[in-house]
Amino acid sequence: MYPFKYHRPTSLEEAASLYNGSDDPVYLSGGMTLIPTMKQRLAAPADVIDLSGIESLTGISVKGDKLTIGAFTTHAAVMASADVRKHIPVLAYLAAQIGDAQVRNRGTIGGSVANSDPSADYPAAIVSLGTTIHCQNRSIDGTEFFKDLFETALEPGEIITSIEFSMPTRAAYRKFPNPASRYAVVGVLVADFGGSIRVGVTGAGPCACRASGMEKVLNDNLKPAAIDAVEVPDAGFNSDLHASAEYRAHLVKVMAKRAVAAMLEG
Amino acid sequence: MSTRLSRRRFIKSVIASGVAASATSGWYSAAQANRPAGTTERLISLNINGRTRRVDVLPQETLASTLRYKLGMTGTKIGCNRGECGACTVLIDDVTHYSCSMLTHSVRGRSVTTVEGLQAADGTLHPIQQAFIDELAPQCGYCTPGQIMAAVALLKDNPKPTRDEVRVGLSGNLCRCGAYDHYLSAVLRASGQST
Amino acid sequence: MSNADTGIGASVKRREDLRFITGEGTYTDDLNQPGQTYAAFVRSPYARARIDAIDVSDALNVDGVIMILTGADMAADGLGDLPCGWMVKQKDGSDMVTAPHPPLATELVNYVGEPYALVIADSRHAARQGAEAVMTDFHELNPVVNLASAAQSEQIHAGIPDNRAYDWELGDKPATEAALAGAAHITRLDLINNRLIPNAMEPRAALGVYEKGTGDYTLYTTSQNPHLERLVLSAFVQVAPEHKLRVVAPDVGGGFGSKIFVYAEETAVIWAAAKVGRPVKWVADRSESFLADAHGRDHVTHVELGLDQSGRFVGLKVQTTANLGAYLSLFGSAVPTYLYGTLLAGQYRTPNIYVEVQGVYTNTSPVDAYRGAGRPEATYVLERVVETAARELGRDPADLRRMNMIQPGDFPYQTPVALVYDIGDYEASLDRALEAIDYQGFPARRIASKDQGKRRGIGFACYIEACGLAPSQLAIQLGAGVGLYESGEIRLNPTGNATVFTGSHSHGQGHETTFAQIVSDKLGIPFDDVEVVHGDTGRVEFGLGTYGSRSLAVGGSALMMAGDKIIAKGRRIAAHLMQASVDDVSFEDGKFLLAASNQSVTIQEVAFAAYVPTSYPEDLEPGLSEKAFYDPKNFTYPAGTHIAEVEIDEATGEVDLVALVAVDDFGEIINPMIVEGQVHGGLAQGVGQALLEHGIYDEQGQLVTGSLMDYCMPRADNLPDFIVDTTITPCTHNPLGAKGCGEAGAIGSTAAVMNAVTDALGVKDLSMPATSEKVWRILKGE
Repeated sequence: MYPFKYHRPTSLEEAASLYNGSDDPVYLSGGMTLIPTMKQRLAAPADVIDLSGIESLTGISVKGDKLTIGAFTTHAAVMASADVRKHIPVLAYLAAQIGDAQVRNRGTIGGSVANSDPSADYPAAIVSLGTTIHCQNRSIDGTEFFKDLFETALEPGEIITSIEFSMPTRAAYRKFPNPASRYAVVGVLVADFGGSIRVGVTGAGPCACRASGMEKVLNDNLKPAAIDAVEVPDAGFNSDLHASAEYRAHLVKVMAKRAVAAMLEG
Repeated sequence: MSTRLSRRRFIKSVIASGVAASATSGWYSAAQANRPAGTTERLISLNINGRTRRVDVLPQETLASTLRYKLGMTGTKIGCNRGECGACTVLIDDVTHYSCSMLTHSVRGRSVTTVEGLQAADGTLHPIQQAFIDELAPQCGYCTPGQIMAAVALLKDNPKPTRDEVRVGLSGNLCRCGAYDHYLSAVLRASGQST
Repeated sequence: MSNADTGIGASVKRREDLRFITGEGTYTDDLNQPGQTYAAFVRSPYARARIDAIDVSDALNVDGVIMILTGADMAADGLGDLPCGWMVKQKDGSDMVTAPHPPLATELVNYVGEPYALVIADSRHAARQGAEAVMTDFHELNPVVNLASAAQSEQIHAGIPDNRAYDWELGDKPATEAALAGAAHITRLDLINNRLIPNAMEPRAALGVYEKGTGDYTLYTTSQNPHLERLVLSAFVQVAPEHKLRVVAPDVGGGFGSKIFVYAEETAVIWAAAKVGRPVKWVADRSESFLADAHGRDHVTHVELGLDQSGRFVGLKVQTTANLGAYLSLFGSAVPTYLYGTLLAGQYRTPNIYVEVQGVYTNTSPVDAYRGAGRPEATYVLERVVETAARELGRDPADLRRMNMIQPGDFPYQTPVALVYDIGDYEASLDRALEAIDYQGFPARRIASKDQGKRRGIGFACYIEACGLAPSQLAIQLGAGVGLYESGEIRLNPTGNATVFTGSHSHGQGHETTFAQIVSDKLGIPFDDVEVVHGDTGRVEFGLGTYGSRSLAVGGSALMMAGDKIIAKGRRIAAHLMQASVDDVSFEDGKFLLAASNQSVTIQEVAFAAYVPTSYPEDLEPGLSEKAFYDPKNFTYPAGTHIAEVEIDEATGEVDLVALVAVDDFGEIINPMIVEGQVHGGLAQGVGQALLEHGIYDEQGQLVTGSLMDYCMPRADNLPDFIVDTTITPCTHNPLGAKGCGEAGAIGSTAAVMNAVTDALGVKDLSMPATSEKVWRILKGE
């Protein structure tokens, strides 16, 4: 890694002030992506601002019909949380599918979401679970958050502080993992909010999105076979060594059907 | 210039290791810092295997390199150095982490356990270590410390795992020798179950 | 047996493991020297380019950079090229054509990652900064990447038309073609054996030390064969004379072939240590491992198998193009020829076999031995075509194999491709494997899978391998640059314990345990009193190292011979001590016995007498230390049957390996649990090739699978519990009856898995690895 200054602020204000005072700052959350990137010398920030010292960023709480997860909460903590398991079990399931134990112990929900990796798992939940992304000074609707490959609605210097989830009546997530990286080649989350179906897809395109065509069909006929009628065009889908766009489009349907089946089975 | 800095490193490594200077401090040298080291305190205390170690750490240093090249604790191995192979796995506050992908500064105030810290004070091996011997689990031995640390954390979390749970639990640790079968058996043995 | 718990045949716990499980193993990067500097290599970003100019001025200004050395500096110092150790003769009798391979490129770079300069600095960081600051003007040239069209592409090396290093053949071409012409049925297959990247968990590393006062060089490095490393560095590269160069391979974190070869990096490091006057250390990062470790496999093959009406094999013709990469690595020429063509008889009585191999250069990393080395490729060709023939003829694949197998009464069996098999019982392994997989129950399992939207398939591979390459004179006649014996030395110390030296090297195989078992058993000395020393040219006289599953059969046999010499001398000393005739003294369980008088002396007492010769034969030298070089009379021929069963998800194409049985005949077994571990490891790598691993270059010669995120190696949750068993026919020509077990798993399993996948899919072929997308495309009829 190239040399940089390391900072570990204890408040959001301090973090923002450090950020604004630097020519080339970067926030460090779990670091599962950032540290390897810096090691490969693909990033050379002047200042690394480690958010792990800000206590208010960690934790899971339930208020009314919303469950809120602090941005610095690790995947392992989400997976193990009694509140998450009780109110949004699909989220605990999804977190358990991320990477391996070491990744889950280090990676954070905020870091994952802010990075907008096209193959990350969480984004499927963000777009489908009626979420609000809270930052220092504003909140962003989860369906409006992901903009493109590694691009989000966050402004420079903005920090995700927490993510608020609505509680679906029932939901399921199914993922086809990349055999090498364990990232999602395709991941589909299907959620039922009192009869209204939402489908979030990750891995297929440049960033996670809702599958409105599927939602429409499933709202009429909530069965795995209903997905067969949906056209999933592969235009704009990712295509790489591990899966062509065409194959991804196919997997979206397969994972969606499996998620629906799993959801119905409870 | 370089003489002076070498001497400074020499002194600091003496402070850091508590023993005579080791030659292991060349991972980074202060002379190369293009930017000033910044506001971060460099001489920090780390809690490693229950002992407090004072060590001079640059901001960009990872825990794996501090352990290996500053403290001479070479039991923690580096296989890929980017969080993909698991050879560098250590416990931080009892859960596994890739030490190659953590800045050393970020573990201040936390408790780090490496493979060197598993034996009891009287030298008795940790049950996982003993089971690895009994099942002839290691082959070349390079991934072994990481596998052991992953197994220790797994059993803390799940004292009676199934064989498939062990499979998943160790899936963050590559072994090119392909010694997985004996590793799984060793973890089951350490948990008091039949292999 | 002197000791049932620790002798031959006991699963003795490995004495290496205490240090590995406590973090006390000592690998090259764990070693440091006072005043040590750090090297970073400057590597080609292009697959093929001319170097017009190298400007190091900026790099020299990087703080901490001490020296920058280029290929020109190395040439100026008179260092030689990295040699290829096996001269392959072409069809017309001429020598193969070898391109010069300077350790650091000078005028041309020929693969991405080829080193052409190195930067020495005070720290790793500074060395790397310096390497980044080296400015090089390249003139890009069109790279040759595609193996199939390499012969028609631009010429990579001057004087090597068609990019062909050799055109080699083995067997009787007219007879084979005639047999095929008369065959009732011919099965034809076109196969690709995918390129693999070895990826030992420990990256390669080197630490070079030069003592100015004595002129002594010491190189600590990640080597499977330190003596061979020293020989090449002194005799060919001429870094230092052999007697002034010590090579130490301490704990080595896996090799799988990739650490046999002498590479540019350690060559440059030991040379630079003298130039800088300080120790120089280099450790590869994982990217460098991907780019610059020799890769494995990478063949394109057409095969034809002729059968008569009854299903007997009458002829086999194989045409292979083998990718050698940009340069011939140390054994790169031998792997697709003598370790490949000679194995094509397999376990069968095929009377006519002909194979021709074109070895071609491409602008990719050099290709050399990777676990199995040639034998997995041969097994893949033969076992895929045999299975395909069975399907085409509607025959049971096990039955068709069985009727063609060489029978126990046929040994010694001369194959049409040079080898003479000494012994085996192939049906025994096949029967055991059929039972283990429950072959009878397969049809029911297939139906059960079908009901769950899964396609189930079963596949066989009855493999043979040739291990312990031998004998030396024959190998040298065939082009080997060195003999292929092994050394062993046993020193009985005055207090009666033993220090054992072997030229083999252990990097996961457990020699420190197994070899101690052998010597303990042979001499009746307690296991704990036997220490095994290996991996240091300063301590071990000579050796050829560990590869080709040779260590036990060749290195272990050398120790048996040394043990015989110890016993012979011991009898003379014992006879003197017991005032008897040597002829009346026998040796058993660590005691020299005089049957007539019931007298005995222990080997420890004899050792003491040998060093403190108060009462000692007049005509005998003191001391009790003996060494032996064992040169095998023949290869050993491990063989067995691997059977794989897979289930394919029809919706996704995902292949799930649900069962893998391996029944192997390794001859006599010293330590069953170590053998089991070796088999597991081989199977993991064999399965990896079939289902997960592929080294891919793009058209520009850039390695696309250059990290563990893209190159998929098996993890714990990719593999089922293997079912492993053995049958035994002892090797007839070495004192241990042992054949070798290190590679077998990787030799049979790949073909077995692919036969299972193609069985499930009902297709003739599918290129490896059988990724879910490829399988899905087949399922949807493409």
